[in-house]
Amino acid sequence: MLEWRRRREPSMLMLWLSPLIAIGLTMLLGMIVFTAMGYDGFHAVESIFVTPFIEPQRWPDLGVKAAPLVMIALGLAIGFRANVWNIGAEGQYIMGAIAGTGVALVTHEMTGWWILPAMAFAGVLGGMAWAAVPAFLRVRLQVSEILTSLMLTYVAVQGLYYLVRGPWKDPDGFNFPQTRMFGADQTLPAMMEGSLVHLGIPAALVIALVAWLLMEKTTAGYAVRVVGLAPAAARHGGFSADRVTWATLLASGGLAGLAGLFEAAGPFGQLTPQFPTGYGFTAIIVAFLGRLNPLGIVFGGVVLAATYVGGEIAQTTVRLPQAATGMFQALLLFVLLATDVLVKYRIGWKARAA
Amino acid sequence: MTTAILVSILMTLIAASTPILLAALGELVTEKAGVLNLGVEGMMLCGAVAGFAVAFSTGSTMLGLLAAMVAGVATAMVFAVLTLSLTANQVATGLALTIFGIGASSLIGAGFVGRTITRLDPVLPAALSEHPLLRAIFGHDIVVYLSLALVLGVSLFLRRTRPGLILRAVGENDASAHAIGYPVIAIRYAAIAFGGALAGLGGAYFSLALTPMWAEGLTAGRGWIALALVVFAAWRPGRLLLGAYLFGSVMTLELQAKAAGITWLAPELLAMTPYLATIAVLTMMSLGRKTGRLNAPACLGKPFSAS
Amino acid sequence: MTQPPDQTVRPRLALSGISKSFPGVKANEDISLGVAPGEIHALLGENGAGKSTLVKIIYGVQQADAGTIAWDGAPVSIPSPKAARRLGIGMVFQHFSLFDAMTVIENIALGLDEACDTNELKGRVAAILESYSLPLDPEREVHTLSVGERQRIEIVRCLLQNPRLLIMDEPTSVLTPQEVDKLFGTLRQIASQGCAILYISHKLHEIKALCEAATILRAGRVVATCDPRVESTKRMAELMIGAELRQIEHGGSAGAGPVRLSVSALTLPGEPPFGTDLRAVAFEARAGEILGIAGVAGNGQSELLTALSGERPANTADAVTLDGKPVGRLDAGARRALGLCCVPEERNGHAAVPDFSLADNAVLTARHRLPLTPLGMISTGDVKRFADSVIKRFDVRTTGTAALARSLSGGNLQKFIMGREIGQTPGVLVVCQPTWGVDAGAAAAIRQELVDLAEKGSAVVVISQDLDELLELADRLCVINEGRLSAPRAVASLGIDEIGLMMGGVHGESEVAHA
Repeated sequence: MLEWRRRREPSMLMLWLSPLIAIGLTMLLGMIVFTAMGYDGFHAVESIFVTPFIEPQRWPDLGVKAAPLVMIALGLAIGFRANVWNIGAEGQYIMGAIAGTGVALVTHEMTGWWILPAMAFAGVLGGMAWAAVPAFLRVRLQVSEILTSLMLTYVAVQGLYYLVRGPWKDPDGFNFPQTRMFGADQTLPAMMEGSLVHLGIPAALVIALVAWLLMEKTTAGYAVRVVGLAPAAARHGGFSADRVTWATLLASGGLAGLAGLFEAAGPFGQLTPQFPTGYGFTAIIVAFLGRLNPLGIVFGGVVLAATYVGGEIAQTTVRLPQAATGMFQALLLFVLLATDVLVKYRIGWKARAA
Repeated sequence: MTTAILVSILMTLIAASTPILLAALGELVTEKAGVLNLGVEGMMLCGAVAGFAVAFSTGSTMLGLLAAMVAGVATAMVFAVLTLSLTANQVATGLALTIFGIGASSLIGAGFVGRTITRLDPVLPAALSEHPLLRAIFGHDIVVYLSLALVLGVSLFLRRTRPGLILRAVGENDASAHAIGYPVIAIRYAAIAFGGALAGLGGAYFSLALTPMWAEGLTAGRGWIALALVVFAAWRPGRLLLGAYLFGSVMTLELQAKAAGITWLAPELLAMTPYLATIAVLTMMSLGRKTGRLNAPACLGKPFSAS
Repeated sequence: MTQPPDQTVRPRLALSGISKSFPGVKANEDISLGVAPGEIHALLGENGAGKSTLVKIIYGVQQADAGTIAWDGAPVSIPSPKAARRLGIGMVFQHFSLFDAMTVIENIALGLDEACDTNELKGRVAAILESYSLPLDPEREVHTLSVGERQRIEIVRCLLQNPRLLIMDEPTSVLTPQEVDKLFGTLRQIASQGCAILYISHKLHEIKALCEAATILRAGRVVATCDPRVESTKRMAELMIGAELRQIEHGGSAGAGPVRLSVSALTLPGEPPFGTDLRAVAFEARAGEILGIAGVAGNGQSELLTALSGERPANTADAVTLDGKPVGRLDAGARRALGLCCVPEERNGHAAVPDFSLADNAVLTARHRLPLTPLGMISTGDVKRFADSVIKRFDVRTTGTAALARSLSGGNLQKFIMGREIGQTPGVLVVCQPTWGVDAGAAAAIRQELVDLAEKGSAVVVISQDLDELLELADRLCVINEGRLSAPRAVASLGIDEIGLMMGGVHGESEVAHA
């Protein structure tokens, strides 16, 4: 009979191998599911998971989609490690974009190098403000941050709709529900001719490195880890769980806000009702795929970005609906959570009772 | 004239409350057993699309409802295997379930967008169900009455029966329940399955009764509101009924305001109200914590392993 | 319960030659005892003497390696608690299996093996409460009840099954004196109806008051059987603790140094759910001395430790002073920086993080006093060097500083934790159960380090349930009982019987005259 035996120490090998096993299993499962639904399963999975990596012309797009995912996931992962479950990153992402766009609209007739940094600053503040509400409610009133942060996402989405259909509607936009286009000084400079590659990509990499140093090498990161793993030991060591809750929520809110601003000032160049693309939710998968480790998250971000890019490819090659991407991503998270058991347990054959 | 409007508002209110009530009631039983399943929204969506697909293909809304419950249980079982047998984190797995439900339902539902079916009919004879006044009470479909019966049933089950007592004991102190000799894991599997069935049914109420069609993400966060309602109700079925109808009236007001063409408040701002109300309610519950906390199952969300 | 007392004097329960070993420990060795119907029989012994293992074997929780159990004269095997209950054995554990948010009657129903109609059950419970005149409201929720009332629920659960042998495991360790009196009345009544009672305790005066026979265990063996009504308390204390008392050598500097830690009027509510309130605790610890705090588990020891460490700040700054500075309002980190280090009883998750490496665990409490985190950056090299030095000096058996704390045996982890605190030369060190679960050699090494630390001018406070250890280490000794701390006494002036009585909670009473 199959039996699970708890390992004395979690397997480091499995810790890093299980995401790869999960990816493999997800590809297999994806093929089965898509075939069962009447699509060409093999080519669907090939388009989603292989083509984006082997065709160099897809790489810029990969980077553009990975950057916001990585940035948001970094903040979320730091929170998750402290047992702070911010699942409203999508809302903080939208609020960051809204706050930054506010600056862009105010300055739309101005020029100057300072405008973009001001927009970025506003974006960070917008995201932080949206995350401060669940932080306050959890620290002061013990209200679960899970529900409040998520509810605020729906509020942010409606707020965006309100602004682009109402006060911020482009006066020269033929009554389309969208803001005016940002000017040159309000848009992220293109880093490659003819592509959407923008400052967000190097920024995400730098932030990942900083986050890694912070988590692994500083007492601040230590505080986050110890509060999440053993709250009583944290108090014994003189760390404050409340401060960690505040810090991680503000950090994840700020990073999501910055990602939102980069998306608005980069690929979008304005705000439209199509702005919320679900990056804030997909970033949760990125964070887990990257093992809540900042460097692993860069890897996770690229993998999830590939499912977006590949999902578009599969739409043309095997006529797979766009929704397949979301299901494929969720499948990956399920399989990943299941393979986690390999880290804590060893599978073996139990000898029959004599 | 005004009575007619009032009757129609009441009808809308009850209809709008029913899916939240069902989903929240299922989650209440799951949480009473000590399991926090954040995947309600995902299970509702799976139920909604499965119910619509089967009703559309077979022409039977009853079969659709049944299929929705089966779909809800099936997705709930994925959660159960991961959290109970493979000891995965309940929060992460619940989130995964919701993300999965959103993706899977829109993939399956892609072929059904724009199709229509016949709406779930009132159960009682026309003399009652179409009576200008009495229809407020007798003019509902079977799911509405079922949901009310279930509130009563769950309430009696939890308070008056031995299996209900054991289920609460498992959620209250899994170690003690195990020490006395109750099968903690098996009981939790059953509770999660029940939660899945009701979430699936609640989801199908959107696609088979409220708006008899399929649209992507048509539950619009109602699954999350259901989760909040369980906290609001302090894990009591009776208060859950009250809470669900309260939220139903908030949503009805929103619809009525839109229909009445109120211009001083933008429709988007009106649409925020259920979510803001949820936050307000959670905050209020926390301020008056005395009753709320003591009633929360003590082992909620904590993993359990028998060895 | 209504049957008349057995006239044949055939023992209800007879154990012979029971042995049980765990890896590295012989918990029970060749134990024989008999309990007659209607008899209240004491099983007496210190913590770790093997009492719990023995009753777990009787109740079917564990199986003996060797020996036989006879029930009413016939040999039986008891494979499970359910089988034990079927024989008529009821047990009230030290840790109750209760459900706080539920009513008394619901808790009782959950304890039954078979379903029972609620109204019928209510009737039966009412009858039991009536006949034993136990005050207990069946409709109250458990969280509103006192510990004594909670215990009554467990007793009623047993009585409903018409027990013929009732096992009580340390039933008074969490009760107030009034509740103890009430319990004794109930037990006498149960025994008078023919039920045998096996009463586990280490409190001598209770056993004298209640029991008519006693089996005394020490280190897993039966050292004596006696009639506690006639045996002297002194003799029983000696048998329980071990007659060969160690030679206690105390440093000459005892009490000579200035006061380093002073606690006055420290009052703090207990930690939920079953915590003990600290009531006006006051003591002083001087440089160069070791102050011992004895007491039975659950009398406020963990509350005292967290109040001293700063994990739960006191109400006033003056309640705790360190080298004359008021520190009562400071958190754990600030107190440690000033020189007050603490080691709590629970290793996993409190003193150490199980999922952290030893190096990471070194950072947890050593960062305030050692330069391990300059400018908020963790200096990996310094941390590793410090962790290595602790591992070497305290002979921690491990694969290295990268090993996870959870991979170490309890004793090895304790050595590491003790070493981490002693290694930062604290001005005051407060330790709870310093050698709990540590093998004898390592325990001796830890004690030597504590003595050395005190001799270098630190004040050391040792909170322990191990009397031998306190007698060996401490210069002065006080006892914590129900959150109150007795006045300290110089260990040299204490007699063995006096200490035994203090442990049992009878300090300063007339029974001391027995000696």
